[in-house]
Amino acid sequence: MNRHLLSAGDLSKSDALLILDTAAELGQLADRPVKKLPTLRGRTVVNLFFEDSTRTRISFEAAAKRLSADVINFSAKGSSVSKGESLKDTALTLEAMGADAVVIRHPASGAPHTLANSGWIGGSVVNAGDGTHEHPTQALLDAFTMRRHLGDVDGREVVVVGDVLHSRVARSNVLLLATLGAHVTLVAPPTLLPVGIDTWPCDYSYDFDSVLGKADAVMMLRVQRERMDAAFFPSAREYSRRYGLDNDRMALLPEHAIVMHPGPMNRGLEITAEVADAGRSVIVEQVTNGVSVRMAVLYLLLGGSESALGGVGEDA
Amino acid sequence: MSNESILIKGARILDEESTDVLVADGRIRDIGSGLSAGDAEVLDAYGLVLLPGLVDLHTHLREPGREDAETVESGTAAAAIGGYTAVHAMANTDPVADTAGVVEQVWHLGRRAGHCDVHPVGAVTVGLDGRQLAELGAMADSVARVRVFSDDGRCVSDAVLMRRALEYVKAFDGVVAQHAQEPRLTEASQMNEGEVSSMLGLRGWPAVAEEAVIARDVLLAGHVGSRVHICHVSTAGSVEIIRWAKGKGIDVTAEVTPHHLLLTDELVRTYDPRYKVNPPLRTADDVTAVRRGLADGTIDAVATDHAPHPVEDKDCEWASAAMGMVGLETALPVVAQAMVETGLLDWVGVADRMSVRPAAIGRLQTQGRPIERGEPANLCLVDPAADHFVDPSRFASRSRNSPFAGETFAARSVATMLRGQLTARDGKLV
Repeated sequence: MNRHLLSAGDLSKSDALLILDTAAELGQLADRPVKKLPTLRGRTVVNLFFEDSTRTRISFEAAAKRLSADVINFSAKGSSVSKGESLKDTALTLEAMGADAVVIRHPASGAPHTLANSGWIGGSVVNAGDGTHEHPTQALLDAFTMRRHLGDVDGREVVVVGDVLHSRVARSNVLLLATLGAHVTLVAPPTLLPVGIDTWPCDYSYDFDSVLGKADAVMMLRVQRERMDAAFFPSAREYSRRYGLDNDRMALLPEHAIVMHPGPMNRGLEITAEVADAGRSVIVEQVTNGVSVRMAVLYLLLGGSESALGGVGEDA
Repeated sequence: MSNESILIKGARILDEESTDVLVADGRIRDIGSGLSAGDAEVLDAYGLVLLPGLVDLHTHLREPGREDAETVESGTAAAAIGGYTAVHAMANTDPVADTAGVVEQVWHLGRRAGHCDVHPVGAVTVGLDGRQLAELGAMADSVARVRVFSDDGRCVSDAVLMRRALEYVKAFDGVVAQHAQEPRLTEASQMNEGEVSSMLGLRGWPAVAEEAVIARDVLLAGHVGSRVHICHVSTAGSVEIIRWAKGKGIDVTAEVTPHHLLLTDELVRTYDPRYKVNPPLRTADDVTAVRRGLADGTIDAVATDHAPHPVEDKDCEWASAAMGMVGLETALPVVAQAMVETGLLDWVGVADRMSVRPAAIGRLQTQGRPIERGEPANLCLVDPAADHFVDPSRFASRSRNSPFAGETFAARSVATMLRGQLTARDGKLV
């Protein structure tokens, strides 16, 4: 494992499987009366969020706390950052306070990369979503969820639908799923696929219906209504008709296929309420799995190498 | 004018046989082997190549307004050390160089510094705003004698305004130097649009945004019979369009930067803001195309687009970083590596693209001249085997934002002479 987790593409297959296996092990904690391990006692994890994301922040916070780490939440709103303090000065401040890991969410693509490679801080950097670049722990929790429902991810057909151009979730998923041996098809109107997509390790299609029949998992991406103001699509209604997942389309999926969404959903735009709440939707479970996967990432980055529950017997 | 004289011993003029050049009273007094020094200072130049002093068509000296990044003094010192005897100071200062008053101020600052000739570029439109023509005639008639006009940093995107500017400057033999960038296609753009941008999640700056404007402007220039100059050509398509236009007899000239001759957008994968520049670094195919274009003369000149920025403007995340790279002190080494060491240009070609043609485009009378008896002694001595390590902390420029920091280049300029006086030697001001 590297010292940082910046891109899903940095993970080898064995790295990724180690994280997923560790997450599965740590997930057993949820069934216990005491949901806490002493593993990271005395270590400090900083959640450095330059962008609102309550969901991702509390997921990382829960993960760190279950490993007994001290957690500091640093949010850009109401802090010195909104007064014009630079990323560098914020990083130097955190370093001076002795952060062992910095979990960063930032609106600029590459900001975690800059933080990790600038020499400003000595701790591990975890990318919790940077601009329109990547969101590697989301891809890991998605893969974790697929594994639970589909068994091995290798050889599976995964369809990712929506605003690929602006989606950090799509980039991380394409890279991680390719590493794990799944076959990904991206589906979007041509305006929402980046120039250069033909070099990605996946296929793409403009026609949602044509790829539904072979899918083992369908992942719907959030689409912002404002995109139509920049002419990416004509109207929300047209988008829903062509690329939304509704009951009719869900009926075209194989029996075993699961429906995923990284959240937050725009019910009625990319996904209908019926589909979101259907039996094959695993959207709520994704959130649960997020905590396990983030525990595994923090555990492994901060030096854990033995079995995550080692020493803590199954009956403890 | 100085009365001192200098005997340059053993230099190879444009890579020809080794010979001596005697400089006195600001001019080349004599050329030939075995010239006697008399009371002249002797400059040992065996193994060195003698070129006409370099002329930069595209320099950001930042003064007035951003003296924290560069001043006329520091920027022209960097120019002299880099082998330049004349630079064109871009107009996007604060205040903008859009009046006779500002261009004269910059011109006077250049005279006072004395390291190289400073030719201010005048803004095409008031405040670079793209709405109203600046007083181009007043700038042309000022002591600065402006001949190159540019809104560089911004594109003159309005087709009618561009047409008028092209027509208007004919009255004083001026030229409009276009920063070709279609603004709507490049809103919030961060890097070249293509494979790398798609993976990095950085907003793309498509080649078509440059090429579409160049296509329009060469057609406009042809239509009204004006000359047009294209700044920092960066794409294969742009080279093709300019080649086509020249073939049609359109009076177009073009420049390429040293960094576009050597670097590609693969470097952006580091998210290191030193590689953030406008126009952005392009693909390996584009690098090949601009090199070929420079070699065959489609691209007339190498121009640095020397763009100094203070440390804090580059010591940050990519999106917040300023665009631009310093270039005056590394241009010649880079061109030598990209063009001479690859066999695409010989030293005659380098002199042509870095001195003769840029001087002609800027209508400079005493720069880019042949190295002959009686000519002004604006000269540059190059050591083609200097093994030059780039250490930005030693730059004369106030800024350090070089993409070549830590690189080693074979060639470097080792002495520069302006009207017979040494301005720089061995990387230092004289």
